[in-house]
Amino acid sequence: MFTKVHLLSMTAILTNLFDGVAYGMLLFVLACGLAVTLGLMNFVNLAHGAFAMAGGYVCMVLVNRMGWPFFAALPLAFVSAAAIGIALERTLYRHLYTRSHLDQVLFTIGLTFMSVAAVDYIQGSSRVFINLPAALQGQFDVFGVGIGRYRLMIIVICGLLTIGLQMVLAKTRFGSRLRAAVDDPRAASGLGINVPQVFAFTFAFGCGLAGLGGALSAEILGLDPYFPLKFMIYFLIVVTVGGSSSITGPFLASLLLGIGDVAGKYYVPKMGPFVIYTMMIVILIWRPNGLFGRTAAR
Amino acid sequence: MTIALETQNLEKTFGGLRVTRDLSLKIEQGARHALIGPNGAGKTTVINQLTGVLKPNSGRILLEGQDITDLPVHKRVLRGLSRTFQINQLYPDLTPLETIGLAVSERLGHGGDWWRRMGTRNDVNDEIADLLNRFHLLDVMNEQTVTLPYGKQRLLEIAVAIAGKPRVLLLDEPAAGVPESERHDILAVVGALPREVTVLLIEHDMDLVFSFADRISVLVSGALLTEGPPGQVARDPQVKAVYLGEEAVNV
Amino acid sequence: MNASSDVGYHAQRQSRWHYGEVAFWLIVLACGFAFPTRYLIMTDILRLALFAMSLDLILGYAGIVSLGHAAFFGVGAYAAGLLALHGIINEPVLALVVAGLAAMVLGFATSFLVIRGVDLTRLMVTLGIALLLEALAERFSNITGGTDGLQGIEMQPIFGQIPFDMFGKAGFFYSLAVLFLLFLLARRVVHSPFGLSLRAIKNNPLRAAAIGIPVNRRLIAIYTLAAFYAGIAGALFTQTTAIASLDVFAFERSADLMLVLVIGGTGYLYGGLIGAVIFRMLQELFSTITPQYWQFWIGLVLVVIVLVGRQRLHRWVLYVPNLVIKQVAGRRAIVAVPESDA
Repeated sequence: MFTKVHLLSMTAILTNLFDGVAYGMLLFVLACGLAVTLGLMNFVNLAHGAFAMAGGYVCMVLVNRMGWPFFAALPLAFVSAAAIGIALERTLYRHLYTRSHLDQVLFTIGLTFMSVAAVDYIQGSSRVFINLPAALQGQFDVFGVGIGRYRLMIIVICGLLTIGLQMVLAKTRFGSRLRAAVDDPRAASGLGINVPQVFAFTFAFGCGLAGLGGALSAEILGLDPYFPLKFMIYFLIVVTVGGSSSITGPFLASLLLGIGDVAGKYYVPKMGPFVIYTMMIVILIWRPNGLFGRTAAR
Repeated sequence: MTIALETQNLEKTFGGLRVTRDLSLKIEQGARHALIGPNGAGKTTVINQLTGVLKPNSGRILLEGQDITDLPVHKRVLRGLSRTFQINQLYPDLTPLETIGLAVSERLGHGGDWWRRMGTRNDVNDEIADLLNRFHLLDVMNEQTVTLPYGKQRLLEIAVAIAGKPRVLLLDEPAAGVPESERHDILAVVGALPREVTVLLIEHDMDLVFSFADRISVLVSGALLTEGPPGQVARDPQVKAVYLGEEAVNV
Repeated sequence: MNASSDVGYHAQRQSRWHYGEVAFWLIVLACGFAFPTRYLIMTDILRLALFAMSLDLILGYAGIVSLGHAAFFGVGAYAAGLLALHGIINEPVLALVVAGLAAMVLGFATSFLVIRGVDLTRLMVTLGIALLLEALAERFSNITGGTDGLQGIEMQPIFGQIPFDMFGKAGFFYSLAVLFLLFLLARRVVHSPFGLSLRAIKNNPLRAAAIGIPVNRRLIAIYTLAAFYAGIAGALFTQTTAIASLDVFAFERSADLMLVLVIGGTGYLYGGLIGAVIFRMLQELFSTITPQYWQFWIGLVLVVIVLVGRQRLHRWVLYVPNLVIKQVAGRRAIVAVPESDA
């Protein structure tokens, strides 16, 4: 992946930056649903990664086993994860919104364990790869900076999604309702906004995005049954560091995390995830509501 | 006359809103002082600053002449400033016996004792028994607080504050929400508080205020409107104007 | 009886030993003689029980949620392993205490991070600390043995007298003695004014401060003590199995621990002990049904427990024991679970 360059050369920095941005955008698509769940319902959903895994495996089965084209399988990854999301929201999750965080944590850890074992049972425990079309493989050089085609595609797709999300939130009626509900659920329901409905829809959409992210991430993050556990902390970092009052916060946090993680692995490979965890703890202590979250009321 | 509790030019803002404006109060030792004011006058905000839950933006708070503006909540309690809460702030799982026992233990400095079992210190037991008795809680001392009738919970609320042997006691609407039948107990208990305890009463109920207080401060929009003995405050046309439309001051 | 001695009598109600409790410990002791072929699993249960009791101290009594309690277990485990491996302290009991103290120091240092903030921040910070330690242990593989773990640990006899035998008999009674002593200490602590103040903090932190309880100092104290307990549990793990590997820090260990405590119930000390027995039995059962996929069933148990409601479930589970106690002792049942949510 890394071409032979001096560690601190400009091109290496740019290549790392590019990879980091791609990674960060992917994290954002994976985790932004979680931000909404937390911001809107104050619900701690540790099982969020399971929806991403579901999308990833659906995509893998469609492409590898049934011969679907990759780009046709992506929307289905979204739809299937969203469908599982709405089914679980309607049947199980909604009973837990008023419960303590401890109950929510226990419940979603339980779901995570079940999803891990179930996927292991159905698909086996080894890492799976999705067959990519030739057009997405390899990389090309722009002034010596190695640009991976696949990562470029991720930046394009995730970038468009982010712009789209921002537009929906800023311009549409649904967006303003959602913002009102996140801001103050009680006041919003007083204004006649059907908060549970808004939430169910948003939850499903967030799961769908996670599913899409899961499909896209198979190539970069690796897809195996332990995905929900391995990346749980990353999703949580995005949300807690970014705050849950807007999507700009999680977006910036994702980019920061993505760039930081890629650079950390490249420049201080031995320290591994150490840097990331330390950063997270420091930020949480320094700004308990997240780096970009609203400052504490009172 | 010594001053038990004093605020000097207290200021507090929430966002752009000034909820306490240049408030200077002096509460004399042993006084029965009432702080009244229409809804939203900022009475509870004042209490929260006095007890240390909120920090004032500027101004000072003095307890018996000593600056306590920067002390945390629990340290003020240990210096003799206790409060009751408008809405019951008790421990739902604990019994009255445990709740009062805890307050007494903390005051006597046994709160951090992790070795000696509860109920093995006779001085603590005596005091608990006395308080349970005085506040009509002996019969329910082993019930979980959450299961007690509201009036008993209010009594416990006051008993807990008294257990801290405060020299200054802040009573935040002690009779709020108590049904008529249980009201008498509360009024009797408040009336029977020992004279050496200075009481600052925050109250809506004008009957209670005028039967109890010997001095009244009127708070409007976070600022002091007037202050004086009950008769003078009742006659004050400004006070009447403020309360016009509310359940009036008919003394 | 006058009111004061009456008050004293009732205040000591919970801290007095009950027949049920004596019976419980006698049964545990009897198991040590009744099942001589099952020492390994029984020792495992004792370790888990101690670890769960440690979480109960902070979760059940003080209301601190933690997703990273394995951090202290891990530190205790590696400390005991390193002490034995390099022959620094050969005597197991002394090494056990030192390992516990090592975890305790970490607990004290991190308690300042944990007492701040709300549930979610606490979850994240505790989880982060455990992951951080795991990453550190992996990074410094020259000390910790990396993914292979510490190997070649040989335990010296306890007090220089009682050697660890291959059937695990010594290990079992050693663990039982440690568990019982630490249980006695915990029992003493939770029934003291200090323990009561923790319950008050859990119920209502604002009000706790308003009667003069230094909330932060109390939370730091109990968190530090709980870390000591978890460290001892970890050290027992290393001493009785002669291994210490990276998975002592694993998230699954912290999550399983939550389940143990949830099964047994929080806030009455026996929850961790009962939970550990049931959890291991469930685990055995599930791994006989589906050897590889027992985690699925563990997950299902968690989901069902939460959906049914922890309080309701405990009322059902304890219905029969309470009935018996009522009949025998003729008084209010002692096996009760506090009503509030942890």
